[in-house]
Amino acid sequence: MLELRGLTKRFGGLVAVDHVNLAVKDGEIHALIGPNGAGKTTIVAQVSGSLDADAGEILFLGSDLTRLPQHARVKAGIARSYQITSIFRRFSVLDNLALAVQARSGSSLSFWRPVAEEKALFDEARAIADEVGLSRRLDLLAGNLAHGEQRALEVGLALATRPKLVLLDEPMAGMGPEESQRIIALIERIRARVTVLLVEHDMDAVFRLAERISVLVSGRVIASGAPQEIRANAEVRRAYLGDELAAG
Amino acid sequence: MKTTLSILLVALVFPLAMTAMDQQFYIGFGARVLIYAMAAASLNLVLGYGGMVSFGHAAFFGAGAYITGILAVEGLRSAWIAWPAALAVAALAALAIGAMSLRTRGVYFIMITLAFAQMMYYVFVSLKAYGGDDGLSMPGRSTLGFGLELRDELTWYYVVLVLLAAVLYLLHRIAHSRFGRVIEAIRENETRAAAIGYPVYGYKLACFVISGAIAGLAGALIANQSSYVSPSLLHWIQSGTLMIMVILGGVGRFWGGPLGAAVLLTLEETLSGSELLGPYALHWQLPVGVVLLAIVLFAPQGIAGLIAGRRRA
Repeated sequence: MLELRGLTKRFGGLVAVDHVNLAVKDGEIHALIGPNGAGKTTIVAQVSGSLDADAGEILFLGSDLTRLPQHARVKAGIARSYQITSIFRRFSVLDNLALAVQARSGSSLSFWRPVAEEKALFDEARAIADEVGLSRRLDLLAGNLAHGEQRALEVGLALATRPKLVLLDEPMAGMGPEESQRIIALIERIRARVTVLLVEHDMDAVFRLAERISVLVSGRVIASGAPQEIRANAEVRRAYLGDELAAG
Repeated sequence: MKTTLSILLVALVFPLAMTAMDQQFYIGFGARVLIYAMAAASLNLVLGYGGMVSFGHAAFFGAGAYITGILAVEGLRSAWIAWPAALAVAALAALAIGAMSLRTRGVYFIMITLAFAQMMYYVFVSLKAYGGDDGLSMPGRSTLGFGLELRDELTWYYVVLVLLAAVLYLLHRIAHSRFGRVIEAIRENETRAAAIGYPVYGYKLACFVISGAIAGLAGALIANQSSYVSPSLLHWIQSGTLMIMVILGGVGRFWGGPLGAAVLLTLEETLSGSELLGPYALHWQLPVGVVLLAIVLFAPQGIAGLIAGRRRA
């Protein structure tokens, strides 16, 4: 579904993403793991279109997206969530989601008709709120949600664009174990209809969810494969996982 | 709704009250307030709703005024030609300036819009054929037909009021439309708006052009107000005045622009006259500055915010 060929990003002298080749198959949950600063978020930004590629190609469903602007990639079916919560804080939860639904349903160059009359937008927004567990928070301002709820809305905003591929950048960042379980359950629920590229530090979650794992170290993919292969890989253990997890 | 009705009522009755009190002079003042209300409301669309701090709004206001003035001098005085022309030229200017400025953000955006407006200012100052430094005197106000004589101050006032009401209704519709929601979303979080699939640059540019076009119409009216177009209409101080009106009235508040225009011009009118301050009237800006400071410190939502807050309490 998604294929990266020789993807590269340089920031001055630093090569953040170094000729990365990566393939995400249709329907799978593909985890991208690696130490801090490995370039995971940079790859997410490049695939979603907010950062240009210095070299290489991004292929999605067979077509080349490398030069497409971000909004066109959303239209093609790629959505992302952010590691640092990025929501419309002064909008209600319902309005946050309705806005994301609106982005892909018809033109927004409509200047006259009140958006509040568009029942379909809000019905779908409610359905998504239900899915991410925010149906009892609809009228609350997003900025007033608890941290875990904001993280759920973060994922909800990505899902509301009805993506074929969703890039989740540390969806469990800063969450307690209970809240993490909720996000894991959410990802379990959506896996049937959305392909997921999951960037995550929580190894329990990664090994529970992912069908395949790629390991990124210093901008390079050092291993890619099924969870048990990754766990057994000596280089991965040395570079990232450590012996503790590999033993478990 | 209550606010809207009371403001509309005041605006409708004002000239009648002035006539009754034999103070017809203030009808002209009232029309000037309405015109600045329109200009400030247009700035509030980009500044308050869109979060784009344009420090060059006088460019569009002044361009509209000059187009109207130049057409009048050339013998085209029909409002049906001059006013749409002012609107169109201001929209084009906003398209050109916006297309370049909106590639920048923050302080750079403020500075580049200021720079473009100052360029326009010098262009018109150097237009010797149309008055240059001295400004441009029009042979008279535009003609409207339908037996409406714009020379008559009362007729003029109500024509301006009708146009302002139409513009405000349009802005109200825009604010609650799909487009308006996107504009506010971009102000709130541009990165996220792009990430859920909005081409943010295009939306910001469209907003900038609509705002510029409305400022151009206000410019056409201000040219008619005194049948004289001064290059100072394009000066950066003019942009600053419009910005002060918006801040005073309430940034991003629907009534922010009109209320700010009314309060600032009323303060100027009363304080710069010699009745209140006597010989100190020359320094009328000082008390205005104190008022502005108080608003910014104690009512960051402006006067419109104060009214809304009181209603809720």
